[in-house]
Amino acid sequence: MMTWEYAPAPESAALANLKPAYRPFVDGEFVDGGGEPLKTLNPATEEALAEVGTASPEDVDRAVAAARRAYEQVWGPMPGAERAKYLFRIARVVAERARELAVLETLDNGKPIRESRDVDVPTASAHLFHHAGWADKLGYAGLGPDPRPVGVVGAVIPWNFPLLMAAWKIGPALACGNTIVLKPAETTPLTALVLAEIAADAGLPPGVLNVLPGAGDVGAAVVGHDGLDKVAFTGSTDVGKEIQRRLAGTGRRLTLELGGKAANIVYDDAPLDQAVDGVVDGIFFNQGHVCCAGSRLLVQESIEHEFMELLRARIETLRVGDPLDKNTDVGAINSRPQLDRIVDLAAAGDAEGATRWTSSCPLPERGLFFPPTVFSGVEQTMRVAREEIFGPVLSVLTFRTPDEAIAKANNTPYGLSAGIWTEKGSKALWTAQRVRAGVVWTNTFNRFDPTAPFGGYRESGFGREGGRVGLEAYLEA
Amino acid sequence: MTTTVTAGRTAGGREGAFADAVRDEASLRRFLHGLPGVDHVGVERRAATLATRSIKKESKLQALDMAVSMIDLTTLEGADTPGKVRSLCAQARRPDPDHPDVPSVAAVCVYPDLAGVAVEALKGSGVAVAAVATAFPSGRSSRAVKLADTALAVEAGATEIDMVIDRGAFLTGRYGAVFDEIVAVKEACGSAHLKVILETGELAGYDDVRRASWLALLAGADVIKTSTGKVSPAATLPVVQVMLQAVRDWHRATGEHRGVKAAGGIRTAKDAIRHLVAVNEVAGPAWLTPELFRFGASSLLGDLLRQRRTQLEGHYTDRDHIGGA
Repeated sequence: MMTWEYAPAPESAALANLKPAYRPFVDGEFVDGGGEPLKTLNPATEEALAEVGTASPEDVDRAVAAARRAYEQVWGPMPGAERAKYLFRIARVVAERARELAVLETLDNGKPIRESRDVDVPTASAHLFHHAGWADKLGYAGLGPDPRPVGVVGAVIPWNFPLLMAAWKIGPALACGNTIVLKPAETTPLTALVLAEIAADAGLPPGVLNVLPGAGDVGAAVVGHDGLDKVAFTGSTDVGKEIQRRLAGTGRRLTLELGGKAANIVYDDAPLDQAVDGVVDGIFFNQGHVCCAGSRLLVQESIEHEFMELLRARIETLRVGDPLDKNTDVGAINSRPQLDRIVDLAAAGDAEGATRWTSSCPLPERGLFFPPTVFSGVEQTMRVAREEIFGPVLSVLTFRTPDEAIAKANNTPYGLSAGIWTEKGSKALWTAQRVRAGVVWTNTFNRFDPTAPFGGYRESGFGREGGRVGLEAYLEA
Repeated sequence: MTTTVTAGRTAGGREGAFADAVRDEASLRRFLHGLPGVDHVGVERRAATLATRSIKKESKLQALDMAVSMIDLTTLEGADTPGKVRSLCAQARRPDPDHPDVPSVAAVCVYPDLAGVAVEALKGSGVAVAAVATAFPSGRSSRAVKLADTALAVEAGATEIDMVIDRGAFLTGRYGAVFDEIVAVKEACGSAHLKVILETGELAGYDDVRRASWLALLAGADVIKTSTGKVSPAATLPVVQVMLQAVRDWHRATGEHRGVKAAGGIRTAKDAIRHLVAVNEVAGPAWLTPELFRFGASSLLGDLLRQRRTQLEGHYTDRDHIGGA
C-alpha cells in the first residue's frame, strides 16, 4: 500500500498585518482605553498576538454619549439611501480585505483558515451587503409604512465567530438608522477592531460605530448602561439570563442569542453518506464552537451500527492541527478555560457510563487542541446529552420511531436548531413541524444566509437575526 | 417483467452476502432501490471541499508519480492505426525519456482489433493492455456480437477488458438484462480483468450511479468505470465519489477490494490530484494503487509530466520538450 501524506500548506501569517497593539474605537477614533490592557493569544500556540487596550466605565459612558449624539444629529436623520452607501462601502472593503481578515481571524480564534476563508469572511460581507440593501427599503419590510430606528444599540458578541457576529449586529443596526456600541469577546477582539478601521476608512460619521474591547465587566457596563435603547447579546445562556434580569423593567429592548444542544435526527431512509458528512459538519465545524452545533445525534436504531461505522471512518479523515494550514479541518480550542470545560464535560460522559471514542488523528504538541470525540450509549439523563459542551464532542442517542425522535429532540432546555435527514419530504416536514427549534435544516446543516432568520426558543434566547424578520429588533414599528 | 436473472444466480461470481439480492429480477430491483439515496446537494458540497485540499511540494511530486502509474493511456479513434498505437506504447513504457525515474503507466487502452499491436509493443514492459469491447462506446449490438468482440480482444492478448453496460436496459429498469450481460462478458474475459463502464453522463443522477455501481459489482466487475470518454459530463468529482463509496461499501460487506476507473474529461494534473484526494478520503488509502484506481485519459499524461518538471526545475516546460504520442 502506498502512503501519501499531505505536505503542510500553511497560509502566510504575515497577511494578517498584525499590529503590536490595538485600541478601543470611540467617536470615530482609536483611543487609549482607561481599562487594564489585555493580551490576546493565538490558541494554536498560546503565544501572545497583540496587546489590546480595554475600556473603562468612563469609556463606556463616552462611547454611549457619542453614539447618542451621532444618532440624533447625523445617522438617525440621514436618508436610508445615504446610510446604504456607507454600508455598501464597508461590505465591499470587507470582501476586498477578505484574505487579511481570514488570516487574522484564524490567528486570534484558532479556527481553520479553510473556514474563516470560505465561511466567516464571505458570510460577514454578505450580511453587510444584505442589510445595506434594506437601508432605503425599510418601509417595505412589512413592519408598517414608516418604521423608525430604536436609537442607540449596545451589542455584546462571543468569541466563536468574532467578525461574523460583529457583522450580524452592525449590519441591521446601522441599516435601520441606529448607532451602536459593540463589545467584542475578550479573547477575540482583533477583527472587530479592523472592522472599525474599515468603517472609519469608509468615512462612517464619528460615533455611529464604537468598539470597546474588554472582559465581562466591560460587557456588563455596556449592556447595563441606561443610555441605551436596545441591547443585543450573543453568548452563553447564563450571561443571557443575567442580562435579562438586569434589563427587566427598564423598558429597554433586548434580544438574546444563547446556547444550544441541537438534535441531528437521522432516519433510516436518509441519504447515509451525506448524513454522515452533515453530522460531521454539524459538530466539528469550528471545533464545535457553534451555538447551533448538532451536538446530539439521534440515529434510528435500525441503521445505528452501519451509520456509526461510516461516521467513525469519516471522522478519522479529519485533520486536526495548525489552523493556518489550508488542509486543517479542525483547529484549536479558543481558550484554556474552554478547553478545561470540554475536558471536564467529557470526563462526566465517562463517569456517567457513556462510551467514548476518539479519532486517532495526531494532535500538535503545543497549543489548545481537543480531538474529535464521540460518545455513544448516551442516555437523556446524562450531562453530555443535556449540557452544551461547545467543543468537538458528539453525543449519540438512538430512537425507534419518529415520535420517539421528536420526544428526544425536544427533551432539552434549549431550542436553537435541529437537523433532519430523510429522503422523504413528507417525513421531513412532519418532523420539522414538531421540533421546537428556531432553525431546522433538512439534509444539510450549519448553512447560513443573510436572508434566513436565525434565533432560538426557550433557553436558546429570543429575537431573530437576518432576513426581513431580523430588522424588527432594530425598528420602532 | 418476465426477464429472469439467469447466469449463476450468484453475486460477484460467488455465493454469500448478496445471493438473495440477485435471485430474480424483482429481488435485484428491490435491492438496488433499497440502497441509501444520494443527496445531490450534499455530495457536490463534499466534492467542492475535497477540491480545496492543498497538495504541495513532496506530496505533490508523489501524487504526480502516483497519477502517472494509474493511467490507462488511451486512444479510441476511428482513425487509430498500428503506428499510432505503437507510438502510444512507447510513451507508456517510458513516459518522460529525460526522466527515467518516472514510472510507466498502468495500461494502454485500445480498440480490440489493435490489442495485438499493443501486446507486441509492450512485451516485457509490465504495462498492461486494455481493450474496450462489447460494441463500445454505445453498446448497441447483440449479445453475440458483444461476446465476440470481447473474445477478439482476449485472444489478441488483452489482459483488461473495458465493457460498456446497456444503458437502454438500465434506464428502462431491466436490471436483470444488464446483470446477465456483465456476467456473460466476465465469463468471456477468462482471466482478464473486467472494467465495467457505467457511462454516468447518460444515467439519471447520482442515485442511478450508485445503483449501476452496485449492479456491476454484484455481477462481478473487477473495476467500475465512469465513462467511455465519448459522452459529457464524464468523470466528475461527485460521480467518482459515489462510485468510491460503492467499492468502499462492497469491501465492508464482503472484504473484497474492487477498483474504480475515472475516465473522460480529466486533462490536468490538478484535476487528477483532486481525484486522488477523493480516493484517499472517501474510499481510503488502500485504494491508492493502480490495481484499484485508474485514470482513463489521453492528454492527462502530458500535463502530469510538465507539472512534475515544474516541481523539479521551477518552470513549466513547453509541450515540445516532452515526448508526446
